[in-house]
Amino acid sequence: MRNVLAIAQKELQQYFVSPIAYVVVGLFAVLFGYFYVASLSILLQVSMQAGMFGMGGGPQAVNINEFMVRPLLSNTAVILLFFLPFLTARAYAEEKRSGTIELLMTSPLTDLQIILGKFLGVLTLFAVMLGVTTIHMGILFWYGEPELGPILTGYLGLGLMGASFISVGLLVSSATRNQIVAGVITFAVLLLFWVMSWMADSTGPTMRSALTYLSILEHFDDFSKGIIDTKHVVYYLSFITFGIFLTAKSVDSERWRG
Amino acid sequence: MEQLGGNLVIDVQQLTKRYGPIVAVNDVSFRVEPGQILGFLGPNGAGKTTTMRVLTGYIPPTNGRAIVAGFDVFEQAVEAKRRTGYLPETPPLYPEMTVREYLTFVARINAIGSNQRRPRVDLAMDRTSIGDMANRHCGKLSKGYRQRVGLAQAILHNPDVLILDEPTAGLDPKQIIETRELIKGLAGDHTIILSTHILPEVAQTCERVVIINKGCVVAEDTPINLTNRLKGSETIYLEIDTGGADPTADLESVPGVTRIASGTDNGGEWSFDVESAEGTDVRRELVHAVVSKGWGLLEMRPVRLSLEEIFLQLTTEEDEQPDERKPSTEGGTEEVEPVEATDA
Repeated sequence: MRNVLAIAQKELQQYFVSPIAYVVVGLFAVLFGYFYVASLSILLQVSMQAGMFGMGGGPQAVNINEFMVRPLLSNTAVILLFFLPFLTARAYAEEKRSGTIELLMTSPLTDLQIILGKFLGVLTLFAVMLGVTTIHMGILFWYGEPELGPILTGYLGLGLMGASFISVGLLVSSATRNQIVAGVITFAVLLLFWVMSWMADSTGPTMRSALTYLSILEHFDDFSKGIIDTKHVVYYLSFITFGIFLTAKSVDSERWRG
Repeated sequence: MEQLGGNLVIDVQQLTKRYGPIVAVNDVSFRVEPGQILGFLGPNGAGKTTTMRVLTGYIPPTNGRAIVAGFDVFEQAVEAKRRTGYLPETPPLYPEMTVREYLTFVARINAIGSNQRRPRVDLAMDRTSIGDMANRHCGKLSKGYRQRVGLAQAILHNPDVLILDEPTAGLDPKQIIETRELIKGLAGDHTIILSTHILPEVAQTCERVVIINKGCVVAEDTPINLTNRLKGSETIYLEIDTGGADPTADLESVPGVTRIASGTDNGGEWSFDVESAEGTDVRRELVHAVVSKGWGLLEMRPVRLSLEEIFLQLTTEEDEQPDERKPSTEGGTEEVEPVEATDA
């Protein structure tokens, strides 16, 4: 564990010493802010309409969770789909290109310690990204009365989904020494998982349920509604575990290939 | 954990490494006794780096095994790695870290406790004289400093075994001397393998030499023994004044002489490398022949092959061996030309 933390801390340090962390967190905040304002104006519109069709007069209170937080969290998931591949792309690829992987792999560390350390490092940066958005959410509480529960489950869902993205990113990065290749492949794989269920309707029943189950998006929906279903938690956790397992296999096979 | 090989600190047994059809290291065996410095010599692509990478557990061997500090580098990898310091060909530095941050990280992953880290890092920086660069970013260092930070990284956790891939590459002459002294000073407490292209370095620093070519060990001995043993033939440099006539045929007929190489005519003054079989001294016969012809003897001295020539000889001979085997069926005796690269 001590070794895992050492690697994680090193990863974080590298993100924060280089511009990567600031660019990623900063632009994430900008985009999140835009989506926040956009969903706020939609909320306002809905509430005005409710006022017009209702008793008349001024805007009416509508469910903030349903009309604002939920779409906002879904949009955040899309931003993550674009952002996280850039964060994980360098994890292994950069070390391989610069030769520092030789230091890690000849130090008294196991492959799993290195992988978990890197995973934890990116996960922490991801947590910082989500942390920024709690400010926006706080403002909602200041001016309105949203339900806390669905927001928390929504964040849990985002966290699990992001961690799944990171595990795919690590796997791809471990198989190449080119960061751009790693980023593009990760993005393509994630996008494929994202739209997996789109094909579902035009296939047979077995295929349909398989495709729907594999789709990353389907599993996120319940979280944003405020439901924690073990089925979905298990899905994400097995996704992450499988990703890390495959990364370990990939690192080992890279070693044999030299 | 069980320690293997007693006090033998590095023991490489029939090590083979294949990359698909390419054999990078072929059946290499050698031992390094505790506290010794072993020089690892070979042309580029000979398999030096591959062998070192196997010894440090970076890549697994295809066949054979390697025992470092009493532990099998593959079976007991973490134990072996804990006792090994490694400087790869390119120093593995993180450009965005300062030298001190970097070394502290290395100390951390080598399980050096937090209260020991600072003194260990200071000591390693002191020994490699990089203290004045402690707060510089690794990415901004010159080649020489990078190399020394790499070396500091390797010695930081005071390992039993040091594996240094070209430790003096990129250093200026003063730094080279300092680094050599440092490495020599580390021997005794540490067992060291170092690879290099600079041959005098081997003669000055190492107690034993392994020469490797195309993945095979072609020689293993002390530098002095190598220069003596591997000559294969005795060579005498001869300069005579014949007044114009070509003396080659006459010299070849001197008993004991096997070959006359590189005869040059400089206005009647001829110089030759006269070779004879190992252990036969033909100087008396040569003088006799020269005097009886009435030529003037200008210079005569035995030629000692330098390590460089041996190196070239060993590594170029390897090229020619397949061709040499063919005529052996025709009963060709000793007519094989051993050296081609040195006649320049």
